[in-house]
This record gives sequence, C-alpha cells and structure tokens, in this order.
Amino acid sequence: MKYLVSVITDNPGLASPAEDAAIDVFNDRLQAEGHWVFAGGLGGPDTATTVDNRDGEALVTDGPFLESKEYLIGFWIIEAPDLDVALKLAAEGSKACNRKVEVRPFL
Amino acid sequence: MSATDVPEAITRAHHEQWARVVAALTRRFGDLDIAEEAAAEAFATAVERWPADGVPPNPGGWLTTTANRKAIDRIRRENKRDTRQREAQMLHDDDRRPGPPGPIDDERLRLVFTCCHPALAMQTRVALTLRMVGGLTVAEIARAFLVQESAMGQRITRAKAKIKAARIPYRVPSAEDLPARMGGVLAVLFLVFNEGYLATGPGTDPVRHDLTAEAIRLTRLVRALMPQDGEVAGLLALMLLIEARRAARVSASGELVALDEQDRGAWDAAMIAEGHRLVRERLAAGVAPGRYQILAAINAVHTSARDVRDTDWSQVLALYNQLVRLDPSPIVALNRAIVVAELDGPEVALAVVDRLDDTLAGYHVYHATRAELLRRLGRSRQSRAAYDRAVELAGNTAETAYLTRRRDQLG
Repeated sequence: MKYLVSVITDNPGLASPAEDAAIDVFNDRLQAEGHWVFAGGLGGPDTATTVDNRDGEALVTDGPFLESKEYLIGFWIIEAPDLDVALKLAAEGSKACNRKVEVRPFL
Repeated sequence: MSATDVPEAITRAHHEQWARVVAALTRRFGDLDIAEEAAAEAFATAVERWPADGVPPNPGGWLTTTANRKAIDRIRRENKRDTRQREAQMLHDDDRRPGPPGPIDDERLRLVFTCCHPALAMQTRVALTLRMVGGLTVAEIARAFLVQESAMGQRITRAKAKIKAARIPYRVPSAEDLPARMGGVLAVLFLVFNEGYLATGPGTDPVRHDLTAEAIRLTRLVRALMPQDGEVAGLLALMLLIEARRAARVSASGELVALDEQDRGAWDAAMIAEGHRLVRERLAAGVAPGRYQILAAINAVHTSARDVRDTDWSQVLALYNQLVRLDPSPIVALNRAIVVAELDGPEVALAVVDRLDDTLAGYHVYHATRAELLRRLGRSRQSRAAYDRAVELAGNTAETAYLTRRRDQLG
C-alpha cells in the first residue's frame, strides 16, 4: 500500500542545514526499512504554471491552481502496510523537515 | 416461549449480538460496510421470522449464519463488477500471527479500535462507534446529536470509505500504542455519556437516559474485553456513580438539583454499590490511578456520605490535588476550587476562580461557580451579574432553570 506524504509550509525559505540533515537521516531509515518509494522537494507556488487542456485548447496560466497561505513544498511516497504505520512514519517525517505533512492513500 | 416474549428476545439478541455479528463479518469479509448492512438485514429477517418460526435455540449463531449468507449474496452481486479491485481494497488485517491469548483477542475489540481510530474526527468516532458497536440506527444517532439524518448518514458513509481507502487497520493496537489508543476509546465513550448526562439544546430532555445507558453498556463491553485495564474500570465506575444519582438530579418541574440539595434516598443503591466495588478494586490493585479512576474515587466519596454534611471534603481535595498533577486544565482547577470553598471558605476559593477568567470566560459553569461564591460572600449585585452570564451560556434546560431560580432568590 502506497501513501503520499505531502509537506505543507507557509514559510518561503528553504530547509535549514539542520532540517536537511534530519531529512537525510529519515530518508536513510525509510530506505533501510523498505518504506522508501520516492521523495522530492518542489519549487514554491511562484514557480508553478497551471495548464488546462480539457477543451482541447491548452490554457496556460502563471501561478498555482489555488492561491493559499500554505502550500505543497515537497513530498514522500512511502510503502506501508496500513495507515497506522504510515502515520507513524509521517510523524517522524514532519519532525525531520520541521513542517506539517498530509497523508493520503494511493487508490 | 410465548409469542409475547419474541420482541424481548429480539431486543436482547440485538444488545448481545449486534457487535459480535458486525465484528465477525468485518473480520471475514474485510469490509465494514458489508458487515453493517448484512447484520442489519439479518436482524430485519429475525423480526420477520422469529414471531412465526419461534426464537432459535442459539440466536447468535442464527444471526451470524443469516448475516453471512446476506453478505455472500451481496458480494456475488458485486462480483459481477471488478473482483480484483474489491480484493485490493479489502479492509486490512495483517494479523496472521497468532494473537495474544484471552479476551483481548475478541473480534469486537478490533471493531472498537477501528471505530475510534485517531485518523477520524471525534464526532465521526462517536457516530461510528454507536452504529457499529452499539447497533443504534443512523436515525437514532442523528436524533441524539440533533443533526439531520441525511447528514449523519453521510458522516458514517464517509468514515467507512476513509477506513477502507486509507487502510485504517482492523486490529487491536500493539502493546506500545495501546495506552494512548485506549485513551481515545474511553474519550469516545465518555463523550456519549456526557451528552446524555447534560444534553444540550432547548427542545431536548435535560437527561438523555438512552445515551447514558448506551455509554454504560459499551463501557461494560470494553471492560469485559479488557478487565485488566484500570482506566476502563475507572470510567465504568465514574459513569455508574453519576448515573446512580439521575433520579435525584432533576426535579419534577425539570430543574437541576445540585448535589447538596439532592434526596440521597432516591439514589440507585445497586449502581452505587457496583461503582464503589470497582473503585475499591482499583485501590487494591496498587497501581497509580489515571484520570477516570481519580474522578470515580471523587464520586465514590460523594456517594458515601448519607448527608452532604458528612462529605469528607479533605479526601475530595486530596483526590483533586492528585488529578491536577495529571490534568492541569482550567476545568479541573475550577472543580477543585469548589472543594476549596468547602474547606477554606468562599473568599479563598473566589481568588482561585478569578484567576481562571482568561480561559473559562465562555464556560457557564465558571460563571455559575463565581455566582455561588459571591452569593455566599453577600456580594449580591456581582452574584446576580454572574448568574445572568451563566444563564446566557448554559445550553441544558434543567441547568438554566436552576440558575434562574438561584439568581431570583438573591436578596
């Protein structure tokens, strides 16, 4: 079972060296214990471009699909047998990157 | 068995077997929704058939077999759709290892922990527990919490969908997580009880016996499943000692009767005896008590006094001091101050209460407590203002009536 752990922030600054170090330790642990699928950090909403091609004519807009004070800044995709395990890992991930995270299952 | 006994047998079977049937089916089919629907159908079939065919010798077995058949019928119908997807979404249960021996392995306990999972909102946990474990209908739960039946139905449907999609596990938590998770279960049960004990809303009965009784029944069930857990025993004792005073707590005219004015002869002696027995059992265990055990002990002291003047206030204060160390919340501090008034007088207590203004200014009991202390100090004008504020904030009809009378009695 795979879960998306989204990292949510309201702070435009990059991760501090201490946060980076903690994230590395957490990532190593995910890999060692078989939970690792993929992870990455993202550019902020200022770097986003929204594309809507539902009508067959791609409408390109500068900026995120939704402006909000808090936004997605990175994510982990983890493998976990159930939500209890996923939530425990998410709690550690949140601690490591010093940000709020949201957990959602892949269907 | 005569025909008149059949409805009673069905009610008893519903009380005793509902959670068992839902739990067994959830385990077998890995799906709460199927289990709930099939259990409901099995009970509906019993209502139809038992009056004519007679009550089966083993009602639980009959209900489980019937529900199993209903569930298989539904799965066969649905299997015409995508089997593989169904399989992938089965409620997760990786407990293939042999479980711990004894009552803790009861299927119903898995059901309780799943319904009270921390990833569900508190109100959702309450609704789901009442439906899946308590067997209340969606309409009954909606009425209990004064919401539309359709809204309550949606809440429960969404919860079942989340449990399945996010794979909330169907199992008793590991020993390491158990204390925290047990705390969550007890919070759900206490919330159900409190809503019954101090029902809110202008059109509701001040005491909803259906909810307090259901909370006690569910707590008894959890206690039977986890007899070694001190806080479960404490919560059951607490509920019994509060429920025992129900008849004396509201007057014939629908007004709340404060503890010091209650007719103690109207208290339920059997419930008090059971509550006291549980408290003594916990004291004898010699393990440091948790919050519910301390609250139960406080209520045991109150219910031990034949007359309010016989109350052992210093014992009550000692217990509150113990409680403050576990739970330094302003509400506990407020209740402790009421005891301080009995021992050190209203002036000392008022000084303590006034310090809580920052956090409790929106809580009617804070103002009612101030009003009472100010009344005892002869400060009528301030007391009246405090009663006014308490009446404004109180949501329970019996409490409002009581506070209004107290205010109007001021000189």
